[in-house]
Amino acid sequence: MTDDTKFHHGDTVGDVAPIVEMKNIEKHFGNIIALAGVSFEVKPGECHCLLGDNGAGKSTFIKTMSGVHKPTKGEIYFEGKPLHFDTPRDAMEAGIATVFQDLAMIPLMSVTRNFFMGREPTKGRGLFKRFDVDHANEICMEKMRKMGINLRGPDQAVGTLSGGERQTVAIARAVHFGAKILILDEPTSALGVRQTSNVLATIDNVRNQGIGVVFISHNVRHALAVGDRFTVLNRGKTLGTATRGEITPEELQDLMAGGQEMAQLEGSLGGTV
Amino acid sequence: MSETAPVATDERVKKEPFLTKLMKRPELGAMAGVVLVVIFFAITADSSMFTLAGIMNFMTPAAQLGILAIGAALLMIGGEFDLSIGSMVAFSGLFFGVCVVTWQLPLILAIPMTFVFSACVGAINGNIVIRSGLPSFIVTLAFLFVLRGLSLVGLKMATNGSTQLRGVRDAVENDWLAPFFSGEAFGSLFAWLAANGMIDTFKNGAPKVPGIPVEILWFVAITLVATYVLLRTPVGNWIFASGGDKVAASNSGVPVSRVKVSLFMLTACCAALLAIITVMDAGSTDARRGFQKEFEAIIAAVIGGCLLTGGYGSAIGAFFGSIIFGMVVIGLTYTDFDQDWFQVFLGAMLLIAVLFNNAIRKRVTGER
Repeated sequence: MTDDTKFHHGDTVGDVAPIVEMKNIEKHFGNIIALAGVSFEVKPGECHCLLGDNGAGKSTFIKTMSGVHKPTKGEIYFEGKPLHFDTPRDAMEAGIATVFQDLAMIPLMSVTRNFFMGREPTKGRGLFKRFDVDHANEICMEKMRKMGINLRGPDQAVGTLSGGERQTVAIARAVHFGAKILILDEPTSALGVRQTSNVLATIDNVRNQGIGVVFISHNVRHALAVGDRFTVLNRGKTLGTATRGEITPEELQDLMAGGQEMAQLEGSLGGTV
Repeated sequence: MSETAPVATDERVKKEPFLTKLMKRPELGAMAGVVLVVIFFAITADSSMFTLAGIMNFMTPAAQLGILAIGAALLMIGGEFDLSIGSMVAFSGLFFGVCVVTWQLPLILAIPMTFVFSACVGAINGNIVIRSGLPSFIVTLAFLFVLRGLSLVGLKMATNGSTQLRGVRDAVENDWLAPFFSGEAFGSLFAWLAANGMIDTFKNGAPKVPGIPVEILWFVAITLVATYVLLRTPVGNWIFASGGDKVAASNSGVPVSRVKVSLFMLTACCAALLAIITVMDAGSTDARRGFQKEFEAIIAAVIGGCLLTGGYGSAIGAFFGSIIFGMVVIGLTYTDFDQDWFQVFLGAMLLIAVLFNNAIRKRVTGER
């Protein structure tokens, strides 16, 4: 890996205790084995990339991490203690924020209402505890401006935003709620060049605040641009974890694709993939 | 992005005309509908329709429907239907009747018991829908028949074979809580207005309108509370989110099941409130009470801008939808038209409203 990326990578050393440690996670859906023993950990201030081809089990895996699915087998340790998440809310309250691939956005609702969905700021107390709409609008507009998106207004419906803009709203939302772990499920897959670099810069920024980032991608280039460690999933299993600098892009790509077929393809495409 | 302007604006965004902004309000259709209906009756109907007495005349059925329609609207925004609310009116009316007549309970006990009882039935409804994952249409259709049947059977058991339970009026006549749920409010104010010649009076000096029927006050109060909850509380946001996309909502930490079950309980309580008001008004309860009200309530909600798919709508819209309904039902008696045109009118309104709402939704979400 060349050192031409503009990101100065986190100095994570082996002796920092991981925030989340997942051991031998298995997940079965009926007779389908989606995950057959995956182990993974995230340390504070690192960007751990989870790579794999379509159907490798990346999304299923992070859904067990964010409380959407309960693992069939395996253990989850959060800051050293064993933990069970019954709902996404539990995971969120523990400090795991997730930007799902489908973004969890509701097109008919305004940007602000989506931004604060489930975690509305309130003012007043007792019976008069109410949704602080003005404050929420202000925060939302400001955060979106920081991410380089100018909204028509905070009451603009999410349905009117483009795919990339929605992605940005989702990331801004997750970052805003001050997570210890930020999970991004293929955040760059729908983005243009500038938005992608924005997202990668955001990841770097978030990591520097000591937050552990889990970055799921099947784009090796994006992963190598920001990742500190790389774990490759294939057919529901971990193929291994590599630290930055230990592995070349070609090796990573081969691991993801499972070896030979990729090599053949690459020959005919002239190494452009 | 411009460096100079403190708040950067996007040069690709056109300024929005006021009319387009207005178009985006869910209740606009219903407001326009009210205006159209008023114009229609102003031309065709006897002028007495828009006197104070005439207005009370059509606001009373509007309010009775509206109490149900607001509940139905909130539930629809939350993404579910309740077809059993009409039967629920009969069923909770029966329970209330039994409380006050058979068990001779004072209203201070009978009314909370009726609400708790109805909320439980609503919770059963909701839990079946949520746990089975079946469409609420089917589950509540089943309850439409179950509750109607139970009301009939229960009435016969309570009265030894009759389908009407009488004697409610005698039982509640002197109860201090009764004025909150029956008759007219602000009687003395209206008497004062009449004495000063500010409103129409009969020959003996009594005002033609003795006061505002309490159901109208309940109707307005429920609309205001529902609007506040929808637009200005976290729960309101959860209702929109649950109806908009329940997976996205629950992934974001919204307690979707709890929201939906609560909404089912709320609609059942709205039905109970209507039952208490109308049973006390009529002095008796029967098995046909609330017959087909579920459809009328849903129509009022849809005219008010609620989408059948959930996630969009407003309580104010349902408020105006109910007023349109009341005006059409009563208004036709002031005209030369056959009163049975009302059903044609209602059906046509529904169809126009759905077409209109669909167009509006496309505008809001910017579907291309």
